[in-house]
Amino acid sequence: MTTVTDTHDDHHDHGPAKGLMRWVTTTNHKDIGTLYLLFALVMFMIGGAMAMVIRLELFQPGMQFVDPGFFNQMTTVHALVMIFGGVMPAFVGLANWMLPIMIGGPDMALPRMNNWSFWILPFAFAMLLGTFFMDGGAPAGGWTIYPPLVLQGGNGFPFMIFAIHMMGISSVMGAINVIVTILNMRAPGMTLMKMPLFVWTWFITAYLLIAVMPVLAGAVTMLLTDKFFDTTFFNAAGGGDPVLFQHIFWFFGHPEVYILILPAFGVVSEIIPTFARKPLFGYSSMVYATSSIAFLSFIVWAHHMFTVGMPLQGELFFMYATMLIAVPTGVKVFNWISTMWKGSMTFETPMLFAIGFVIMFTIGGFSGLMLAIAPADFQYHDTYFVVAHFHYVLVTGAIYSIMAAAYYWLPKWTGNMYNETHGQWHFWISTVSVNVLFFPQHFLGLAGMPRRIPDYAVQFAEFNMWSSIGGFVFGLSQVFFCYIVYKTIKGGEKATDQVWEGATGLEWTLPSPPPYHSFTEAPEIK
Amino acid sequence: MSSENAYYIPHDAKWPIVGSVGLTLLLGGFASQLNGSTMASNVMIVGFLVIVYMMFGWFGEVIDESESGTYKEVEGASFRMGMVWFIFSEVMFFAVFFGALYYIRIFSVPWLAGEGVGASTNEYLWSSFEAVWPTNGPGDVGGEYEKMGAWGLPAINTLLLLTSGVTCTWAHWGLVANKRKQLIIGLALTVTLGFIFVGLQALEYSHGYHELNLTLGTGVYGSTFYMLTGFHGFHVTVGAIMLTVMLVRSIKGHFTPENHFAFEAAAWYWHFVDVVWLGLFIFVYWL
Repeated sequence: MTTVTDTHDDHHDHGPAKGLMRWVTTTNHKDIGTLYLLFALVMFMIGGAMAMVIRLELFQPGMQFVDPGFFNQMTTVHALVMIFGGVMPAFVGLANWMLPIMIGGPDMALPRMNNWSFWILPFAFAMLLGTFFMDGGAPAGGWTIYPPLVLQGGNGFPFMIFAIHMMGISSVMGAINVIVTILNMRAPGMTLMKMPLFVWTWFITAYLLIAVMPVLAGAVTMLLTDKFFDTTFFNAAGGGDPVLFQHIFWFFGHPEVYILILPAFGVVSEIIPTFARKPLFGYSSMVYATSSIAFLSFIVWAHHMFTVGMPLQGELFFMYATMLIAVPTGVKVFNWISTMWKGSMTFETPMLFAIGFVIMFTIGGFSGLMLAIAPADFQYHDTYFVVAHFHYVLVTGAIYSIMAAAYYWLPKWTGNMYNETHGQWHFWISTVSVNVLFFPQHFLGLAGMPRRIPDYAVQFAEFNMWSSIGGFVFGLSQVFFCYIVYKTIKGGEKATDQVWEGATGLEWTLPSPPPYHSFTEAPEIK
Repeated sequence: MSSENAYYIPHDAKWPIVGSVGLTLLLGGFASQLNGSTMASNVMIVGFLVIVYMMFGWFGEVIDESESGTYKEVEGASFRMGMVWFIFSEVMFFAVFFGALYYIRIFSVPWLAGEGVGASTNEYLWSSFEAVWPTNGPGDVGGEYEKMGAWGLPAINTLLLLTSGVTCTWAHWGLVANKRKQLIIGLALTVTLGFIFVGLQALEYSHGYHELNLTLGTGVYGSTFYMLTGFHGFHVTVGAIMLTVMLVRSIKGHFTPENHFAFEAAAWYWHFVDVVWLGLFIFVYWL
């Protein structure tokens, strides 16, 4: 058996196996990248459908379409699906496709494990989404799964816990693969400080993933034993503390939000130089800023819990440490803008999404600074202001960068250009609607509308209606995005190897689409 | 670069999907069991067997490849780095439970007893509660119990594990010096010590449950005690099984002084569980 595999391996033109089993047993980084990306797109649509239910219910005050319990299931599972099923797999898909090519390597370092990292996910999400059909429905205590509320769930509870365990296993294996690939598979001459920034940001992201996914695993394990095995970690009667869960959860959760955004920084740092036709301004400061953000992410977690009753010293420490993050993030935004300064810019769709990212992510960053002020946070906590904040950084931040990456690299992946007119329409419809969707939520929050409620006082009616209309348009424009992707895979104008006039980097030296095995011989690095 | 020097990329990996099915059956079955289903334990057993089958198949394939000389230094480096980062993830997993223990001992128990921010909680809810360790909380959860002493079985276990660390390294020296006999004896000793440790741990649990009334439900003391030592015991069992596989492979004549990644990985893992135990002995049993 082994020898057969070996002989196959000696042929450089070894193509993919035929039929469905190709995708199940593949060890090829491009195949696995494609699987991840398509999986993420499907999850994005499922999570998006849940968001539509939420916006539908909130279109007017009063109970409209769903009962409050189901509404809570929607908000909870929407978040879990979007974070663990949408954004994270999309970035892992981009990493799988691009990292080996960008560093001039033959494939990911541990190809079989790479396959398993992906193939755990459909099972994990089948388990999570299966909870909708169980007694008591899906988990409804919010994605932060705070005890004691989450422990009062129905039969779905243990399934959710194990689904999270499986996602964690998948993420840790994927992250190990990324780190080992970057450390061990670089072409000769590709020193660390020559790596494209997308590689750098993923390197640091992978480190964060390995550091905090086990923390989440530990946290949910304690929830499980508290519910079923009589432990009292989060029960004050036994000497435990529900607030302990919040500390553990956010020790995972804050690095997790940087896991969702650092690869986005990498994507944008690839795209802006291409369309500004200038090298990235301040490459090494970008690397150091990313590392600083990763370090700071471990010491700011309790800013999610300012109102929980921490000692004053804690409030102060976490407030100042959080504000410190604005410094390296400011460096990044400054560098992106300086890259565009006096560049000869063109505005193809990837560039539009990248610029949209810079502007709107910065808006989300500023509202984050407002939330970081502990005394002010007592007003904002658990209001729609928070919802607006994290949707600006996640939707117009992380997801915009994924859109940008999709348009940027689709011609490379498929060999076909997408329809530029369609792309421009997609961008402008999305950008107008997403601001109609989320910007009014700032005002709602400041006026006191709490998050995670199916009904609200009448004074919030108008902004909610605006928000819902924006939501529906934004949702539809993502269906349009699926259509654009489908059309591009099916055909279109043939892409050149270089694709974009100003593109630099190893991926543009390969044909579009690249051969099944990209660099069987290490490329020369200048 | 000639194709013989190219990085080895395996094809047609069929084991991952088997593993996913096994994992889903095991965990899905467990979840149903917790929800009170009576059939679910069978699903769990099937899932467990599928995972065992997957591990035999997957590791077997890799061992065959290794023995037929498929892997060179560069693949070996990937394996080593992979193992190091895997152990780092395990460190973080244990860090959560140690962190919970410290938080409970330093913050939550003193707060319940009225220190700092807990003043009114104590006065109005549990005014008679005092902060001592160990504790089963102001609700006296689980009833009367006794503390697990440090200087009986746990001290013996510490000695056993530390000795097994030495024998493991001695076996490694034998492997590097191409002394097969030393390798086999060293590994056999390590494995024996490891399984004795697990046996004594089981004895200690039985002592705790039957004589001390110390259970998982004995407040936070019981929770932290059994979860920390339990996960550690599980890891020792896994490590001992890994080392047993290394022992069988050594007897079969696998490994050379240059090429023995699997042995090293198992040894690193063993030293890792060793270090975790030292933390447990100090913070769970002793202090």
